[in-house]
Amino acid sequence: MTADPPASILDAPVVDQLDDTGSRATSQDPTGPERRHGLAERLAAGLGWFSLALGVPQLVAPGRVNRLVGVEDTPRNRAIMRGVGLRELGGGAGVLTKPRPGAFLAARVAGDAVDLALLGAAARSGRGDPGRARTAALAVAGVTLLDAVAARANSRTADPTTPRGAVRARSRITVNRSPDEAYGYWRDMRNLPRFMTHLEEVEVIGGGLSRWVAAAPVGRTVAWRAELVEDEPGRRLSWRSLDGSEVPNRGSVDFTPAPGGRGTEVTVDLVFEPPAGAVGAAVARLFGEDPAQQVKDDLRRFKQVLEAGGVVRSDGTPEGTRTGRLLRQRPARPTGATGEAT
Amino acid sequence: MKATCWMGPRKVELVDVPDPVILDDRDAIVRVTSTAICGSDLHLYDGYVPTMRKGDVLGHEFMGEVVDVGRAVTNLHVGDRVVVPFPIACGGCWSCKQGLWSLCENSNPNSGLAEKMWGSSTGGIFGYSHLVGGYAGGQAEYVRVPFADVGPLRIDDDSLTDEQVLFLTDVFPTGYMGAELCDIQPGDTVAVWGAGPVGQFAAASARLLGAEQVVVIDRLPYRLRMAEDHSEVAVLNYEEVDVREALRDLTAGRGPDACIDAVGMEAHHGSVPIEAFDKGKQAVRLQTERAHALRQAITCCRNGGTVSVMGVYGGVVDKFPMGSVMNRSLTIRTGQCHAHRYLRPLLQRIQQGDVDPTFIITHRMPLDEVAEGYELFKRKRDDCVKVVLTP
Repeated sequence: MTADPPASILDAPVVDQLDDTGSRATSQDPTGPERRHGLAERLAAGLGWFSLALGVPQLVAPGRVNRLVGVEDTPRNRAIMRGVGLRELGGGAGVLTKPRPGAFLAARVAGDAVDLALLGAAARSGRGDPGRARTAALAVAGVTLLDAVAARANSRTADPTTPRGAVRARSRITVNRSPDEAYGYWRDMRNLPRFMTHLEEVEVIGGGLSRWVAAAPVGRTVAWRAELVEDEPGRRLSWRSLDGSEVPNRGSVDFTPAPGGRGTEVTVDLVFEPPAGAVGAAVARLFGEDPAQQVKDDLRRFKQVLEAGGVVRSDGTPEGTRTGRLLRQRPARPTGATGEAT
Repeated sequence: MKATCWMGPRKVELVDVPDPVILDDRDAIVRVTSTAICGSDLHLYDGYVPTMRKGDVLGHEFMGEVVDVGRAVTNLHVGDRVVVPFPIACGGCWSCKQGLWSLCENSNPNSGLAEKMWGSSTGGIFGYSHLVGGYAGGQAEYVRVPFADVGPLRIDDDSLTDEQVLFLTDVFPTGYMGAELCDIQPGDTVAVWGAGPVGQFAAASARLLGAEQVVVIDRLPYRLRMAEDHSEVAVLNYEEVDVREALRDLTAGRGPDACIDAVGMEAHHGSVPIEAFDKGKQAVRLQTERAHALRQAITCCRNGGTVSVMGVYGGVVDKFPMGSVMNRSLTIRTGQCHAHRYLRPLLQRIQQGDVDPTFIITHRMPLDEVAEGYELFKRKRDDCVKVVLTP
């Protein structure tokens, strides 16, 4: 091991992997349009197998394929055909094995464009069989259309319950406190910024209304007013921003007794529309501000506040649990500073 | 202040760093009066524990005098003499309430990192990588102790020296827990791999807990001699005898009822080619552990017996004899020591004279010579078993 943390631990996409432990941020609704999705998957699988079926002869018998599509059979063209075959095999395998084949289907579209260019060059060269090359190009164009349709259908599907570009994040944690205590802490919304790091302030106006101020990228703040929608003491809270908010959002938190005296299971579900829509979310994610991870970190801090009396800080992580910090730890030595480090 | 900093594999330096300050109401600042180098610090020293960063302050075995307390710490006062257990525990989560202190659910702010590596996180540990919190350690003049209202044990008895109580921080409770996990019954034979500090305390504790026969296995004669001199044990040098055969002989064919691994991830193998092969695999991360002692402990244990693992492991083991574990109904029990549990009972043992933990100390040095202390301990030079440092 070197002085730097090993690639295997820190360079991997921590955020994505952590999502698998219970949090999800997605613009898809889990109960989304299944039927449509099934069709998209079948189309993707069909194209994946088509890739494999095409790739094998291209790789093992490039000369015959060259003659079939009307390309002059030279050693150079055989090498190109073998390359195309390899690409087909890789793309096919990617489409078939990836849980979300959208990216590989998009790559197929790009591959089709390359093939069309190659066939066009062959037809113009006058060598080989220009007629066959034109027919082959037409066939490739047809497949390109299918690839494009499949790529689009297999990328994010629209969620009927979540506005386009909105982000939904859900996470759960068990807290060793009674539902009443956990609810009580959350119900006093002024407490929220203590564990939700992106909130700077929540001001309770009264009548179920509150004013929220949150930190936004590039040092900005955004503010909105929210109203309490449901308030079941010891069980559930839900809220939503008032119309005209800069960041339309809604959220709920449920408190249920954990079995066998294990405390309270806390479930948070948030939906919000980032200021710059989907692009804003993608950019935010790039900087480790993944919404699902934020909610998960928030809940960890909520647990720390209730069980340990405050957000837990170490020398390497002076501002407390925050996944973005995992990638850039300070050395574990005193900073010399009091209060919150930056 | 001066602090022992990890500067890269096989490189520790005493560095001037800022003094620690209270960050939380439950913190205390302790002026360290005695600290020690732990065998597990050697895994950090050698660079086998991931997520170390250059400049990390090392050390999780330390004691001293309270010089500052946060507002919420009412059980300790400035001037108190305290021993600080190595796990950091909040005292309020389910795990702490169950007595599983080293599994505190709140004390590791880097739990995401640990989850990625281990599935779930453990609690924080002083000076022991960012995987377990990124806390500055206690091989320094001062240290910040989080949750000071839960962890530190006040030593009011001035007749006890630092050296007598220092090992309550880790190696004594760790060895004791290793023996306790064996659930020793009358007539039991307990075999202990490793005659380092933890192995010494495991062997002594196994006797205290009523084992009929205790066997200590190592390759360094001076360490085996220390075990023999201090406790009533049989010793085996694995470079001289076939350990499995010898254990069978000592138990008339039954095998030890319980086996304690007090070695961990950097075990030494008697065969030079196997040792070299395993070191190579470890270097390229095909495995993170060299688990020879654990493999042998498993295969030597009697049918239906218990293997207690106190040696430290970080990641994955290659060629793990699961068939032996499964088919022979073995029980594996393990864990970072829940040291908080053992502080008071073991302090009592020390006060009663059941155990004098100072027997493991072979070297006493000023903190200034910490780099030399690490080398001595690492190379097993000058019959080194335990280095105690005084800031």
